[in-house]
Amino acid sequence: MIDILNLTKDFGDFRAVNDVSFSVERGQVLGFLGPNGAGKSTSMKMITGYLRPTSGTALIDGVDICQEPLRAQQCMGYLPEGAPAWPDMTPRQFLDFVTRIRGLDKAAARHAAGRAIEMTELHGVLDQPIDTLSKGFRRRVGLAQAIVHDPDILIMDEPTDGLDPNQKHQVRAAISEMARTKAIIISTHILEEVDAICTRAMIIDRGRVIVEGTPSALAARSAYHGAVVLTATSARADDLAAQLETLTQVRIEREDRGAEAIFRILRDDKSDETAAALFARVQACLEQMSAAIIGLALEAGRLDDVFRDLTRGAGAEASQ
Amino acid sequence: MMRQVALVTQREFNSYFATPLAFVFIFVFLLATGLSTFYLGGYFEAGQADLTSFFLFHPWLYLFFLPAISMRLWAEERRNGSIELLLTLPVPLSAVVLGKYVAALSFSALALALTFPIWLTVNYLGNPDNGVILAGYLGSLMLAGGYLAIGSCVSACTRNQVIAFVVSVVVCFLFTISGAPLVIEVFRGWAPAALVDTLAGFSFLTHFRAITGGVIDMRDLVFFVSLIGIFLTATAIIVDMKRGDS
Repeated sequence: MIDILNLTKDFGDFRAVNDVSFSVERGQVLGFLGPNGAGKSTSMKMITGYLRPTSGTALIDGVDICQEPLRAQQCMGYLPEGAPAWPDMTPRQFLDFVTRIRGLDKAAARHAAGRAIEMTELHGVLDQPIDTLSKGFRRRVGLAQAIVHDPDILIMDEPTDGLDPNQKHQVRAAISEMARTKAIIISTHILEEVDAICTRAMIIDRGRVIVEGTPSALAARSAYHGAVVLTATSARADDLAAQLETLTQVRIEREDRGAEAIFRILRDDKSDETAAALFARVQACLEQMSAAIIGLALEAGRLDDVFRDLTRGAGAEASQ
Repeated sequence: MMRQVALVTQREFNSYFATPLAFVFIFVFLLATGLSTFYLGGYFEAGQADLTSFFLFHPWLYLFFLPAISMRLWAEERRNGSIELLLTLPVPLSAVVLGKYVAALSFSALALALTFPIWLTVNYLGNPDNGVILAGYLGSLMLAGGYLAIGSCVSACTRNQVIAFVVSVVVCFLFTISGAPLVIEVFRGWAPAALVDTLAGFSFLTHFRAITGGVIDMRDLVFFVSLIGIFLTATAIIVDMKRGDS
C-alpha cells in the first residue's frame, strides 16, 4: 500500500533523509524509531506530500505523491507532529471542515465525523474551542481528523506524545483496532509503544535506516538477549555470587537494589550455547540454594538497549 | 475546486469572528471613517451633496487597517503549524490561496458596507448622484482588494504577524504614493518619461481617484484586477517555496 522509493531530502548542505526505501502492506503497523532530528518527521512530511523530496518518491496505493499529490492525499490520513489544528474552532467545526473539504457532502460528513468522534471519545468537548482543550484532547482531535474519512493509509507523527497512561492505552487500542484494515506508519520515541502496537519497527538515525525488523527481532539484538536474570535476597547474595563463580563460559553482572540483588548471567562471546541450555545450567548450579532465590527468568532483550547502542553516536555528536 | 474555495473562505471568515477582534476592528474602522469624513474632510463645510470627502481618506485608512487583516492570513498558519495540515489535505494550493484571500476581502467589504449610514445621510441632506457614489464604493473595494493581495503575499513570507503588518504597510504605502506629485517630481528631472509614466501608472491613488470620480474606465479595473492576480500568484509561489521552513 505504501512504497517508499529511495527517499532523500537535503536542506542546503544537510542531508536530513538519506536514501530511505521500504514498503508497508495492509494490516501492518510500521514504527519509525529514532532520536530527535533523525529524519522521522521529515520522511513523514514527504510521504504525505507536504515537503517535496530532493530525490526519490513515495507511492501511495500506487499513486506517486510527487506526480499526483491530490489523488494520493485523498486516500491518506495524516496526523502532523504536535497535532496542529485551528485553535479558535471547536472539534465539531474542525472535523466538519476537514471532512467536507475532502469532498463528503453534509450528511456523509456528519456520519463520518460521528464515527471518528466515537473512536477518539471526544463527546465531552465537541463544542469547546480547541485552544481551551487539554493536550490529550487536542491530540485526539488531531487523530480524529486523520481518520475521519476512513483512509486506507494512515501516517501519524508521535500519536501518543503528551497523553497520560490511560489515554495512551486508548489511542494504542484504537490504532491496533484500525491496523487490521489499514497500512499504518507511526513515529515514536516511546519504545514500549513499538512492542504494544507495531508489527514492524525501523530505527533511523541521521537520515538513514540502521535496522529494520519485527520488534522482537530488534530486541534480540540487545546484548542482554538470552541472558538469565536472577533475583535474590541480598542477605544471601554473596553466597550466590560465589556459587555462580563456578559456572564456565559466562559473564556475570551484579546489581544491588536494597533488599534484593540482581545477577545477569550472559554467555560470553566464545560460547555457542543456546539460551535455554544456559538457563538449565544456571538452574542446576543453584539447586542447593533455592531458598535465597526470588526470581529466575530469561531476558528477551530490551529495545531500549538496542536503540541506545545503535544511535549513541548521534547523541554524542549533537552534544558537542 | 470552487466548492473547496468556498469552504476555505467560510472557515477563514468565521475565524475572524471567533474573537472580539472583528467587532473591535469594524467599530474602530467606522469611527475612523466617520471622523476623517466630518473633521478632516470638512463634509459639512463643503456644502456639497456627495461623498468626495468620505472616499478621500480611504487609501490612508486602508493603509493601516487592511494590513491588520491580511497579516494573519499565512503567518498565523505557519506559527501554529496548521499550514502543514492545510497543505496535506487534498486541496489545490490555488484554492487555499484564493479562499483565504476572498475571506479577507469579504471581511473588509463587510466593514465598508457598514458605512451605509453616511450614504443615508447624504441622501437625506440633498440629492447626490448615487451612480457616482456606487462607483466610489466599487473603487474603494478594488483598492481594498489591492492592499489585501499585497498583504497576503507579505504574510506568506513570515511567521511573525508584526513583521507582516509593518512590511505590508510599507509596500502598500509605496504603491499608494507612487503617483503623488512629490514622488513624480523627484524622478521627472532625470528619468525617462516612460519610466515616470510607468511609475505613476502603478499608483493606487491615481486609479482609485479615477474610479471614485464616477468614471469607470476599464483600464482602472484591469489595473486592480491584474495587480491582485499577480500578488496572489506570488503568494502561492512563496507558500509553495517555504513549505519546509516552519
